[in-house]
Amino acid sequence: MLLYILKRVLSAISVVIVTLVASFALFFLAPTDPAGVICGPRCTPERVADIEASLDLDEPPLVQIGSYMKGIVVGRDYTTGGTTQHCSAPCLGYSYTLGQPVTKLLAQALPVTISIVLGGAVVYLIVGILAGTIAAQVRGTSLDKAVVGTTLFIQSIPYFVVALLVALYATFLPQSGYHPFLDNPLTWASGLLAAWLCVGLTNAAAYTRYSRASMIETLGQDFVRTATSKGISRRRVVYRHGLRAGLTPVVTIFGIDLAFQLTGAIFTESIFGLPGLGQLTLRAFGQYDLPVLLGGVLVGSVVLVVMNLVVDIAYTFLDPRVRLG
Amino acid sequence: MSDQTTQAPHTVARVPRTPSANEEPYLEVTDLHVQFPTADGLVKAVQGLSYSVPLRRTLAIVGESGSGKSVSSMAVLGLHDRRVARITGSIKVGGREVVGMSDKDLEGYRGGDASMIFQDPQSSLHPYFTVGDQIMESYRAHHNVSKRKAKERAVDMLGRVGIPNPRRRVDQYPHEFSGGMRQRAMIAMALVNDPKLLIADEPTTALDVTVQAQILDLIADLQRDFGSAVVFITHDLGVVAEIADDILVMYAGTAVEHGPVNKILGEPLHPYSWGLLESIPALTGEPAPLHPIPGSPPSLLAVPSGCPFHPRCEFKDRVPDDLCRTLKPELISRTADLGRTSRCHLKDPDKVFETDVLPRLP
Repeated sequence: MLLYILKRVLSAISVVIVTLVASFALFFLAPTDPAGVICGPRCTPERVADIEASLDLDEPPLVQIGSYMKGIVVGRDYTTGGTTQHCSAPCLGYSYTLGQPVTKLLAQALPVTISIVLGGAVVYLIVGILAGTIAAQVRGTSLDKAVVGTTLFIQSIPYFVVALLVALYATFLPQSGYHPFLDNPLTWASGLLAAWLCVGLTNAAAYTRYSRASMIETLGQDFVRTATSKGISRRRVVYRHGLRAGLTPVVTIFGIDLAFQLTGAIFTESIFGLPGLGQLTLRAFGQYDLPVLLGGVLVGSVVLVVMNLVVDIAYTFLDPRVRLG
Repeated sequence: MSDQTTQAPHTVARVPRTPSANEEPYLEVTDLHVQFPTADGLVKAVQGLSYSVPLRRTLAIVGESGSGKSVSSMAVLGLHDRRVARITGSIKVGGREVVGMSDKDLEGYRGGDASMIFQDPQSSLHPYFTVGDQIMESYRAHHNVSKRKAKERAVDMLGRVGIPNPRRRVDQYPHEFSGGMRQRAMIAMALVNDPKLLIADEPTTALDVTVQAQILDLIADLQRDFGSAVVFITHDLGVVAEIADDILVMYAGTAVEHGPVNKILGEPLHPYSWGLLESIPALTGEPAPLHPIPGSPPSLLAVPSGCPFHPRCEFKDRVPDDLCRTLKPELISRTADLGRTSRCHLKDPDKVFETDVLPRLP
């Protein structure tokens, strides 16, 4: 198990390094003018030269990537306009438009997005798995049809419309906004409630359908019949024997979903005014803030790789037949 | 006659058994019907099945796939989904009526007085729980005991079914067991509450022949110890000869022949039973072509009129007035021997067997 995790962490690091090199190459080594782009339309030649020098753009590509990676490990100094900004490790670059280190920007944005996504996940996992399990038990009845119909209806509405409707009409919900969890968990939760409900209920539709399909299959398995033949209650048969096995495929989907949601929460963040990763990268995109974009890509890839690892390890707890090693 | 019987591929019961007459039945099935309404029509899986099994005796239910063996036995344990299956008739277990029993009562009944060994322990044991967990769950469903006590019982049961090193094995998962060991664990689970009625649904199908023999011995031994009534579902006549006191031959959801094992394997009275015997390959002498029963079992959506076996029966011409096609025969005694019944219009089935069928048997 430990050896397996070590192996996976090593391979995860190599995936992240490959992503880093590839995105670095795309952004900074393309036959464009990165310094000019970063500097923006109202730019003086001196400032371009200044940025070029501070980013080592006059050095060969390998040296550039090397100093970027060195910055991640030990930190780096950026000199612009005569002043030197120290960017401490892990340094992911320096945003010239915002005048701040990328790491700091990401560190502010990431907790917001993680709060939105994890809170929403709690809602959709509970609602979706419960609704799916109940629907599977009463398969074919009008209740089941109503559940499936509702999920189809929700899924066919574009997400931003749902988010907009929640923002416009659910005025009884507390004013949304981000307050750090450590300051006051209660204001943190109330500020995120609208976003959680929105993310949670829309995704619950998909999770209801996954869980329903998975549970229908599981409840038809021989071991469920064996459990019934023992004389334990139906509830115990469904929730202890059925759900345990029926959840495995749902966990797989959840791991992948979670990673995508972390990097793609732009709608939720924009509509509910939450300064998360999506807003940060969207703004960076509009202003050609390449260092921030690169940092966002790196964080996204790290999250994806970590989530995959977490899912694989979660499997060993769910299914004893999976022995990692 | 008797020396010819010994030529049958599987010799009849080794252990002399007491006659069944006048013993009070523990399981009594009367006119059982199980039907499943489907989009294609009504599937008549079991039609008017009646049999009984006293304690300490083993009834083998024999028949092809789809003859209603498993469906009827699942009904005995109340395992059919009420919303899917229509069940009528009567199933009495130890005097209690199972048909129409409430869910609450069914929970108390299942796994306690009556339990079931399923075929294919690979899929019938839960892959995510340890073997011990699963046995303990059965025990604690019917006994108000601590986990520690239940575990001791599980270890004890694993030992009794011949699993070596039960104290270590109890904490292992089914996938860490071999096929035969898994079936033993399944048997331990079924017997953990000392059931008076044990239903074994093709328990040896997924196993190789040597393991099969061990499992059969084990079930027979445990039956002697526990004194239970056993219903043994199988399509393997070799297994039947090994383990059963009585045989019930099923075809298309009905019993076509019923009687003591040596009579039915030695001198069957129904053309379907003859077909079953003829389709067993000879293990001695010159290799001879098999005589499989022509045709295939009927669809339970459209069971043939009259005798359900008539489309495949080579003797139907010997019955006058096209009776086989028009009238379903009763399950009654057809010969002087009142201990056995069959469902066939033939006037003298014992003579037909002797002149037409016996010479063809290997």
